[in-house]
Amino acid sequence: MTGTTAPYRSSVPAGRDGFVQLLHAEWTKFRTVRGWVIGTAVAASVIVLLAMLTGSGSHAEVCVGTSPSSAKCHTAHPTVTLGPDGEPVVDSFYFVYQPLDGNGSITLRVTSLTGVILAGGGAPAGNGGSSANLAAGARSAVQPWAKAGIIVKASMREGSAYAAMMVTGGHGVRMQYDYTHDTSGLPGAVSAASPRWLRLIRSGATLTGYESAGGTNWTEVGTADLAGLPSTVQVGLFVASPPYQRISQHLGGSSGTQSFTLATATFDHISLQRGNAEGGWSGVAVGRGDLPPAASGGFHQSGGSLIVSGSGDIAPTVGFGQPIERALVGAFAGLIVMVVLAALFITAEYRRGLIRTTFAASPRRGRVLAAKALVVGSVAFIIGLVASAVALPVGESLLRHNGNYIYPVSSFTQLRVVVGTGALLAVAAVLALAVGTLLRRSAAAVTTVIVAIVLPYILSVAWVLPAGAADWLLRVTPAAAFAIQQSVPQYPQVSFAEANPANGYFPLPPWAGFAVLCAYAALALGVAAFWLRRRDA
Amino acid sequence: MRQALHAEWTKLRTVVSTGWLLVTAVVLTVAVSALVAAAAAACPSAGCTQDTTKLSLTGIELGQAVIAIVAVLGIGTEYSTGMIRITLAAMPRRPIVLAAKGAIVGGLVLADGSIAVLGCVLVGRLILPGNGFTPAHGYAALSLGDGPTLRAAAGSVLYLALIALLSLGIATAVRDSATAIGVVLGLLYLFPIIAGVVTDPHWQRHLQQIGPMTAGLAIQATTNLRSLPIGPWAGLGVLAAWAAGALLLGGVLLQRRDA
Repeated sequence: MTGTTAPYRSSVPAGRDGFVQLLHAEWTKFRTVRGWVIGTAVAASVIVLLAMLTGSGSHAEVCVGTSPSSAKCHTAHPTVTLGPDGEPVVDSFYFVYQPLDGNGSITLRVTSLTGVILAGGGAPAGNGGSSANLAAGARSAVQPWAKAGIIVKASMREGSAYAAMMVTGGHGVRMQYDYTHDTSGLPGAVSAASPRWLRLIRSGATLTGYESAGGTNWTEVGTADLAGLPSTVQVGLFVASPPYQRISQHLGGSSGTQSFTLATATFDHISLQRGNAEGGWSGVAVGRGDLPPAASGGFHQSGGSLIVSGSGDIAPTVGFGQPIERALVGAFAGLIVMVVLAALFITAEYRRGLIRTTFAASPRRGRVLAAKALVVGSVAFIIGLVASAVALPVGESLLRHNGNYIYPVSSFTQLRVVVGTGALLAVAAVLALAVGTLLRRSAAAVTTVIVAIVLPYILSVAWVLPAGAADWLLRVTPAAAFAIQQSVPQYPQVSFAEANPANGYFPLPPWAGFAVLCAYAALALGVAAFWLRRRDA
Repeated sequence: MRQALHAEWTKLRTVVSTGWLLVTAVVLTVAVSALVAAAAAACPSAGCTQDTTKLSLTGIELGQAVIAIVAVLGIGTEYSTGMIRITLAAMPRRPIVLAAKGAIVGGLVLADGSIAVLGCVLVGRLILPGNGFTPAHGYAALSLGDGPTLRAAAGSVLYLALIALLSLGIATAVRDSATAIGVVLGLLYLFPIIAGVVTDPHWQRHLQQIGPMTAGLAIQATTNLRSLPIGPWAGLGVLAAWAAGALLLGGVLLQRRDA
């Protein structure tokens, strides 16, 4: 007998087991569970709804009147001074000036910088700030960021462009220009025994700052290009001293007190080189007129030196207005929903026994986990991205409508905040998937991830912990990732006692904070992949 | 009812995870309280007042999450394994089942919470004086003999029990452990976060008054009671209302729906 029967072959085309098919399978599993699709919709809507809630619950009012009872209030925010780059700035100081036409330079020596903290309403300070005749209530203390030096300023208008060389109370010599730029020079405090020589040379729109300890060897500190600097500028001496802030912390909140301060500096060896004719020095207190008389400053000549005292600051404004991420507080709620869905994405398979079918169909378990992570991560990313792209303008317009000043940020920062919120949800979902794979119990996995991400944030902002411990918590726990939402820049050259998580300032820079969460997710995913291979399904 | 209680007690007792979770709750609560007490710094200057009792009970904010798992699993596992159908076949009067579950879970959490709270008070008493919280600085050693401290401690135990009942009610309503725990933690944690973001003082106050965690934890405050958004017992009452509402919703849905 010859002839053999051909072995049976199915007419169905052979299936492929590539990663794409795996992704397709996992995507099908996700989108065909009705509860999960509803869950994603809930996550997106809750992000938008909370933006509307935040916008509705935040009003800014400006009150006009002398006493609280008779004051008339209307929805608005106080007038904001804008710097050359459009950012809010504070520009108030005592200026001893004269005009400068064209190129020129100013050189001088600073021999002392002292300061006083004025009592509450601004009791009269001592004569020239000497600690011997301090008025009652004033305390002698120079602010770390009290500034005294030379400045070239485009005009007397608040917020106009400038470049300055200065000595500071506690941060040595600095060159600063246009409010946000800061370069450090010689360290150490200034005194008669160790004076500081400062020089500022103007050449067109370029200003170069030099410093010297003895007046013979000069070192360049920095240069500033002030675009659009007019031909005639104001040049002179300035003194500023920012308010003294003290924060007292108690459970559930903090209260800040602020006192005006006055700094006094002694300048000599003043030499001004320029084309136009020599004029005399005039003095003016630049800036808002809300300073008490004792803090308005002044100057007088004594021998060859000029003694100038002043109050205020030349710096970017901090802690004013609403940062845009206020509109994205819903990310917390969206994150909780996505964590539940991501954990269920794997624990439901264990509960139903579907995991055995899954592994029978694709025995390479690590790839299954990767496919699941990719699917649930992408879903969370898109939900977070779309929802925050809607929530941000909605919340912003409501906040604006209620009189709030929105701290202006670049469109790049806005993009980072929106994309970052999506990425935050995505990585949190992957972390939940990994923890769910490890624990195989949905309730335990969901709780672990939510508590790990949200509770440190609550503890940090709720004033339960001292500031140091709260910062530390937002560095090492997954809650660090919320730094990705911080839109307001942090300036080291501005002392802001309230730069804490409760006010939207995170201890880590945005991407570093986000990297902390990524590290947790990667670690959990690695451990989950390892145990997934080792354990029976 | 006695049979129902006995049945629920047997179910809860014979699941390994219950014991582990209860131990975890105590350990985590006391550990967080110890860490917070160790990190806390007494500020000697005036105008800075620390509530040492509340500080020592901080661990409750973490421990409540574990307690919520215990309560959610109390009914959630019945739904995930299908056991609920047997339970309801054996005891057709469904409200009795829920009441028995509530009594057993609540009683268990009361006992567990007492241990955790006593541990917190003890670590506070031992650790805080080392950080400058001494009678010389105006901080008496923590003692349950002190009226407000006793109220805070006993109230914290009740708080945990009410959280358990709230979780049980929600789990009965949604019939899924993961969703239930998500809803519970969302209710607890979102109110303080949103209250911290809105700027209108009355919005902040109202949000803190209606949030189950923010209102309920007012029971822990012993100083500055005037500045609280809601009084200690009133706050616990708000949480009790949440728990009652959740149990009612769960009970009605349990009665109406197929298991």
